[in-house]
Amino acid sequence: MQKDVHSLLESSEFKSLVAKRAKISILLTILLFLSYYGFVLLIGFNKSFLAQKLNETTATTLGIPLAVAVILASWLLTVIYVVWANAVYDPEVKRLRAKLFGK
Amino acid sequence: MPPVTEQAAGAIQTTLGTPTLPAIVFFLIIVAITLAITYWAAKRTKTTKEFYAAGRSVSAFQNGLALSGDYMSAASFLGIAGMVALKGYDGMIYAVGWLVGWPALMFLIAEPLRNLGKFTFADVVAFRLKQTPVRIASAIGGILTVLFYTIAQMVGSGSLVKLMFGIPYEYAEIMVGCIMLAYVLFGGMLATTWVQIIKAVMLLCGVSAMMLMVLAKFNFNPGDLYAAVATQYGQAALEPGGLITSPIDAISLGLALMFGLLGLPHILQRFFTVPDAKAARISVLYATGFIGYFYIIIPIVGFGAAALIGREVIANIDKGGNMAAPLLAEFLGGTPFLGFIAAVAFATILAVVAGLTLAAASSFSHDIYVHVIKKGNATEQEEVRASKIATLLFGTVAVGLGILFKGQNVAFMVGLAFAIACSANFPALILSIFWKKFTTAGAVWAILTGAFLAVGLIIISPTVWVDVLGNPKGSALFALKNPAIVSMTASFLVGYVVSLLTKDETAEQKFEDEKLRTYLGVGAE
Repeated sequence: MQKDVHSLLESSEFKSLVAKRAKISILLTILLFLSYYGFVLLIGFNKSFLAQKLNETTATTLGIPLAVAVILASWLLTVIYVVWANAVYDPEVKRLRAKLFGK
Repeated sequence: MPPVTEQAAGAIQTTLGTPTLPAIVFFLIIVAITLAITYWAAKRTKTTKEFYAAGRSVSAFQNGLALSGDYMSAASFLGIAGMVALKGYDGMIYAVGWLVGWPALMFLIAEPLRNLGKFTFADVVAFRLKQTPVRIASAIGGILTVLFYTIAQMVGSGSLVKLMFGIPYEYAEIMVGCIMLAYVLFGGMLATTWVQIIKAVMLLCGVSAMMLMVLAKFNFNPGDLYAAVATQYGQAALEPGGLITSPIDAISLGLALMFGLLGLPHILQRFFTVPDAKAARISVLYATGFIGYFYIIIPIVGFGAAALIGREVIANIDKGGNMAAPLLAEFLGGTPFLGFIAAVAFATILAVVAGLTLAAASSFSHDIYVHVIKKGNATEQEEVRASKIATLLFGTVAVGLGILFKGQNVAFMVGLAFAIACSANFPALILSIFWKKFTTAGAVWAILTGAFLAVGLIIISPTVWVDVLGNPKGSALFALKNPAIVSMTASFLVGYVVSLLTKDETAEQKFEDEKLRTYLGVGAE
């Protein structure tokens, strides 16, 4: 068993699974950073950009839909991860587990 | 949590602060239902797996709601609505920060956490390291986090219950303590989960109803609401104001909010209640959806309160604005709706404090008693008994501290809890999961560095040095309001350097098993 485990962990399939997961979680974390800290830095450095009105007849500032957009974007990123994990990660895990135990 | 001050309602027509019949009825209904659930749960809570983790029987959807119920505190409900009412757009910026940790939680640790852990996050940190030192260090980080979070919740809840029901502060503390203890002591995680689910549903429904009633007054057009706010208080109410003046301060606070979530013991413990890693992942999707929705609609309630009630009236009842939502509820739906919202706020407090108490008790009994004192050789019965004693002790301490800190400015303690969580618990957790060469000494030093640096730096920061201790402005020795950017970085660095300087062969050998479990869930409990 221990030997099987070792060869599985050293297999290119397992390594590529780990690499894929790392790639997608780091990529999504970076996107999350960009959207949230982008918003924060915009407030820090360019308040007037957020303070501009959407059009001449309204009082609504650009900052309001943008704050909502940051929340929506964060949620959408979790949707992307779940769709990816369900479609790609889970079947691969199932396959590798079957290889280790099933035979 | 913004500080709650107690002022007379003055000439304003409100039944706030007097226990009205609807408020009492709603309150009693909630207590009756939750205690009935506790009775039902108590019969299903005999083993440790049931007490700490609800027998891992919670579905992803249920856990998503319970996570929301565990996280959305009275501070975010009443505090953010009040902040938007009094300060406008700045309150919205603040609301966004409370959500962004959830996706990070999903991408980085939700699944490995579920696969590796049993009952506490220390199970994961100590997976392949030496049990005694790592459990003690993790317990220090975990309990400090929970303790500061609890003090802030208890002090806030005492003041809120007093403001809304007119019950004296001390009685309010004891009442919260007793009801919450009944849930945790008899019903364990199963009862706590259902209390959190009920509270989350009530809170989401209550706030949604308020939002719809507000929008109904403005032709269901948010633009009209914003226009009304701008007419009364000037365009500045819809623009960023003074919340973010220094970007580095904002980034430090953002790091604390984002990664602090990944180190909150009571949130992490919820992941052991679902059957597998897939359910853990999906429960975060639900939680992020519910919490995101909540933070999107709560500013509408805040702006509605400013437009329909008026800032002066709100600030007159409570300087921090905490009563904006209850006042608006009374204006929109009369005394019955106020009664409902007051009961919701009360349920919110109970659910959060119950989750915190369970997390602290688990750390005492599972990490310290079983793994340090008994060296892992405790019987099921001994562990259940220890966890109940720890629950009782922590509950009593929480009530005691709540009374001790009466009237103190404890708003900084939530920020401090997040700072410790992201500086002590999070680095050790993530390094232990993903880095082969992480050693026992590295973990202990990372946790202790993070915890003590976070506490020490916040004491000499403007938040405590100036605002709490009353030293002159500008005299703080540490410039940032939240130390996360320094203390979290230091914790990672110390963990890295100490691990390179020490050798932990067992830990390296066990990394294979850990990897198999992290990625494939082989051997997960």
